[in-house]
Amino acid sequence: MTELILEAEGLTKRFGGFTALKDVSVGFERNCLTAIIGPNGAGKSTFFNVISGAFPPTSGRMRFEGRDITGLKQHEFARMGIAKSFQITNIFPHLSALENVRVAVQAMHSRFDLWRPRENLTGLIDQAHALLALVGLGGHGPRLARDMAHGEQRALEIAMALACEPRLLLLDEPTAGMSPEETKGMMELIQRLAGERTVVLVEHKMKLVMGICQRLIVLHHGELLAQGTPDDIRANDEVRRVYLGQGK
Amino acid sequence: MSETTTVPVTPHGPAHTPAHAKGRHRFYDAIARHRALVTIGFLFVFPWLMPYEALAINILIFGLYALGFNLLFGYTGLLSFGHAAFLGSGAYGAGVAIVSFGVPFLPAILIGVLLATVIAAIMGFLAIRTRGIYFAMVTLALSQCVYYAFYQAVDLTGGENGLRGVNIATLTLFGWELNFLDPMTKYYVIFAFVAVAVWLFSRLLASPFGAALEAIRENENRARACGYDVAATKLAAFVLSGAFCGLAGALRAVHLSIVPIETLHYLTSGQVVMMSLLGGMGTFFGPFVGAAMFLLFEDMLTLLTVHWQLYLGAIFIIFVLFFPRGIWGTLLQWVRRP
Ligand SMILES: Nc1ncnc2c1ncn2[C@@H]1O[C@H](COP(=O)(O)OP(=O)(O)O)[C@@H](O)[C@H]1O
Ligand SMILES: [Mg+2]
Repeated sequence: MTELILEAEGLTKRFGGFTALKDVSVGFERNCLTAIIGPNGAGKSTFFNVISGAFPPTSGRMRFEGRDITGLKQHEFARMGIAKSFQITNIFPHLSALENVRVAVQAMHSRFDLWRPRENLTGLIDQAHALLALVGLGGHGPRLARDMAHGEQRALEIAMALACEPRLLLLDEPTAGMSPEETKGMMELIQRLAGERTVVLVEHKMKLVMGICQRLIVLHHGELLAQGTPDDIRANDEVRRVYLGQGK
Repeated sequence: MSETTTVPVTPHGPAHTPAHAKGRHRFYDAIARHRALVTIGFLFVFPWLMPYEALAINILIFGLYALGFNLLFGYTGLLSFGHAAFLGSGAYGAGVAIVSFGVPFLPAILIGVLLATVIAAIMGFLAIRTRGIYFAMVTLALSQCVYYAFYQAVDLTGGENGLRGVNIATLTLFGWELNFLDPMTKYYVIFAFVAVAVWLFSRLLASPFGAALEAIRENENRARACGYDVAATKLAAFVLSGAFCGLAGALRAVHLSIVPIETLHYLTSGQVVMMSLLGGMGTFFGPFVGAAMFLLFEDMLTLLTVHWQLYLGAIFIIFVLFFPRGIWGTLLQWVRRP
């Protein structure tokens, strides 16, 4: 059995009286590309928010690399090696693309340095350039983030997520709102990234992920409906009923 | 890099800037890189541009007060309505040290700054987890507590009469004998402190910490996801802001040789908000422009009419409506046009 990088045990998240996540227990294998699928409102983003520390679970526990991380603060997640890109593009719009990534890299190294000029910390700048190049934005550094195309902004956000050198990278619908060409580029990027770290991706277009991921997790009404290889999922009657049945 | 350390003025992307504008931008970029030096140079010649020295000193001190406030308001995106607490505690700290304990000039200034810093740490600790209007209200309420604490401590602070007798006649600084009663000498002694503060402030903005503040102002949620402890960073900014304002207060005490209780009044908190908006929030030089405009208008209007506050309010509203970036912010936007 391969090692689990993240284990969730009985994760439940309630918003007032509404249960968005119901007793979800699931493990993610290291260096495996996993996709979470499920119809809109299934609780996929909520699950990501909980395992990236954006808010604590109402009950349940989670372990990262064997360590109990339930109840840690959100900023500790990034420093520990869990990073996320958001379903709705979340960047620093008025900063340059380079500064967006540089400030993310900086968060790992010098947060309370009040003295040195930031442009003297060339190591951070080099790292930011390298990350921009990695996501296909080499040479776009000086542009203001808000002036970039939607697809470029999504890629920029992934570069920012990579800044903490995450061992677990969570991508919430990275292709949302993208044109077919942009989607193709993004899928290639994700496969490239998955070669070197654990990637978990939320996607509701099932066809997109079937071909590239090794494992699938299906959420429905906040509950874990099924998990397994793409073939297992295709063969799963319940999944077909609630999900595939709706027409692809 | 330099465009990211200044205000987010209009983007001047290299791709669509006409050639004749490029030289101009290079020139202003060069100035922006040396903005601390340029500001200090301007303040050095400033008293010669003013009708009388006391007004120049007032502007210098309130400029520093607004500069400190701007760290929180303009650069971190937090609107505090309680900054009079830091100006006031800086003033009382230095004043009481001189009047009641006979502490010499330099240590007294230091005591004022330290007192303001401690009070900022306490207020910040209590306020920093609230946001928006709640943050403004909590800082206002806490500053009122500070007001009453100083108001009640009559033996030390003189209560509602204010603290009198903060007299510094001569100063011996590094072997120099200076006549503090001479207005020009007084200006340049205070200028020396402000110059150091301006230089420290620019280092702070250019540092990684300054970048973290910008990130939090831009998108707090993203900053947190990147791994910044947003609450701790904001608290640090709050305390530093209080320290700069405390220095302004301490200098004001020795300048006026009294500390009026109004220094701690919430109107003094409101004034610094007005100065920042007039000058341009989130711009380096804007606080000095705002302080100068505010005090110059006040100076002229009080001569002309007893209803000066009404006219000052009207001028303020006109500026905020038509120049939402403030005077300096609007000017910056204009010189950075493509
Ligand atoms: N912060 C929140 N407060 C209240 N309800 C929420 C919140 N976030 C999500 N929900 C609700 O939880 C359910 C699951 O949402 P979400 O996790 O975003 O689904 P998905 O990403 O699978 O489309 C939805 O019904 C949504 O309205
Ligand atoms: Mg979602």
